[in-house]
Amino acid sequence: MIPPAFDYARPTSLDEALRVLADGGEDAKVLAGGQSLLPLLRLRLAFPELVVDVGRVPGLRGVREDGDTLVIGAMTTHHEVVRDPLVRRHAGLLAAVTRTVADPAVRHRGTFGGSLAHADPAADLPAAVLAMDGELVVAGPGGRRTVPAREFFVNYLETVLEPDELLVEVRVPKADGWGFHYEKFHRVAQSYAIVGVAALVRRDNGRIAEARVGLVNMGATPLRATAAERALAGCDDTQAVARAAQSAAEGTQPPRDTSGSSEYRAHLAQVLTRRAVLTAAGMG
Amino acid sequence: MAHISVKVDGTAYEDEVEPRLLLVHYLRDRLGLTGTPVGCDTSSCGACTVELDGASVKSCSVLAVQADGGEVTTVQGLARDGEWTPLQRAFHEQHALQCGYCTPGMIMAARDLLRENPDPDADEVREALEGNMCRCTGYQNIVRAVLAAAAASEEVTA
Ligand SMILES: Cc1cc2nc3c(=O)[nH]c(=O)nc-3n(C[C@H](O)[C@H](O)[C@H](O)COP(=O)(O)OP(=O)(O)OC[C@H]3O[C@@H](n4cnc5c(N)ncnc54)[C@H](O)[C@@H]3O)c2cc1C
Ligand code: FES
Ligand code: FES
Repeated sequence: MIPPAFDYARPTSLDEALRVLADGGEDAKVLAGGQSLLPLLRLRLAFPELVVDVGRVPGLRGVREDGDTLVIGAMTTHHEVVRDPLVRRHAGLLAAVTRTVADPAVRHRGTFGGSLAHADPAADLPAAVLAMDGELVVAGPGGRRTVPAREFFVNYLETVLEPDELLVEVRVPKADGWGFHYEKFHRVAQSYAIVGVAALVRRDNGRIAEARVGLVNMGATPLRATAAERALAGCDDTQAVARAAQSAAEGTQPPRDTSGSSEYRAHLAQVLTRRAVLTAAGMG
Repeated sequence: MAHISVKVDGTAYEDEVEPRLLLVHYLRDRLGLTGTPVGCDTSSCGACTVELDGASVKSCSVLAVQADGGEVTTVQGLARDGEWTPLQRAFHEQHALQCGYCTPGMIMAARDLLRENPDPDADEVREALEGNMCRCTGYQNIVRAVLAAAAASEEVTA
């Protein structure tokens, strides 16, 4: 199908991009990799008057270190994230999760920042960034602000981003020494998760000292399995982990659709949390 | 209207396009390069896969204006002087197609794989083609063709 007509702007600096967005107001839409926006336009589920292509704004792409933090530019493609040596060394969870996103052609275009800004609770990266305690750096007319991932996602496809703001980079604390694993449950290779669980585990003397668990598709936003995280601390064998994982769905409101009921998703969250944590902890 | 200059299968084009024009429609309707088909409306089937600046993309999910200044290769730009590439030959010889609708996308996606991994195993081929659907062959011969092409290319370079 053919998208509705729109005006097109392709700023070549961050300042210009912010100016164009401010002028466009509510009717302007950022275009990053287009792998979520173009399908929406083609199905005529979105009608922006102005599409602002930030693909040629310099400085938004690539990964760098800043002390104990890894800084990932919003326009870094999924393909680049999977291969980036810094990501692999210090944030292996992000590489493992991004590998499961879509297919190679989509990963060539789709971007890290686009995936977060789109805020689909069924997407893989939002829950992973949440599990990593990441922070999102947002540029707007009044300068920059830094938003913790916990506060960034507001509702289904909704974030704290204002129409005149641009997500510019994501800061994640280096997870050196943490074990990690992503369990994505889906029926078709390239499809979205029915439920996904991203786990980070730090062990100390054979026990789980700390576990962080991000949940995909268990509510209107990505979530942390807070109750399970608490119960996992101190676990030292597989049975204890299995018991702790039973609280993985506590406080969630999983959707129901053709892929499964809410109860089924709650069950999946428990099973996948056990698997993800055991593997991350090297206890599997 | 927006002005674009883009190189497609080695030929440079200058055109005025509507910003909403999809790359696949530009290729098919403006340039007459109908070797690249449209199979779905959901960016899922991969039939429309082409190369943009050296990487596979779904041309139904890229605007023509996004390709401005870039270089596109379609399945029609692969053969040299009428001579098929090893991958094209392998698809023919291994019966990797029935209706042929998915074939251009399969070949472009397989090219992408072989560039990064010239000697893949069957699992790696399947994974690399996860974004390309075939409703006829059951994929067996497609995987065989990609493996055969990899082997043939090794012979050429060895
Ligand atoms: C066939 C297919 C399968 C897929 N499978 C998966 C999957 O399994 N898992 C998964 O997680 N995702 C999947 N995706 C989605 C994919 O990951 C997208 O790349 C991603 O969701 C959007 O990134 P983008 O750069 O393409 O953003 P775009 O499509 O360009 O933009 C998406 C939205 O975010 C906004 N936006 C983008 N960048 C910024 C920014 N820097 N600042 C402010 N706003 C911004 C846009 O305005 C738009 O509203 C799939 C997509 C396809 C087509
Ligand atoms: S037509 Fe492009 S993915 Fe199906
Ligand atoms: S040969 Fe018919 S769809 Fe693949």
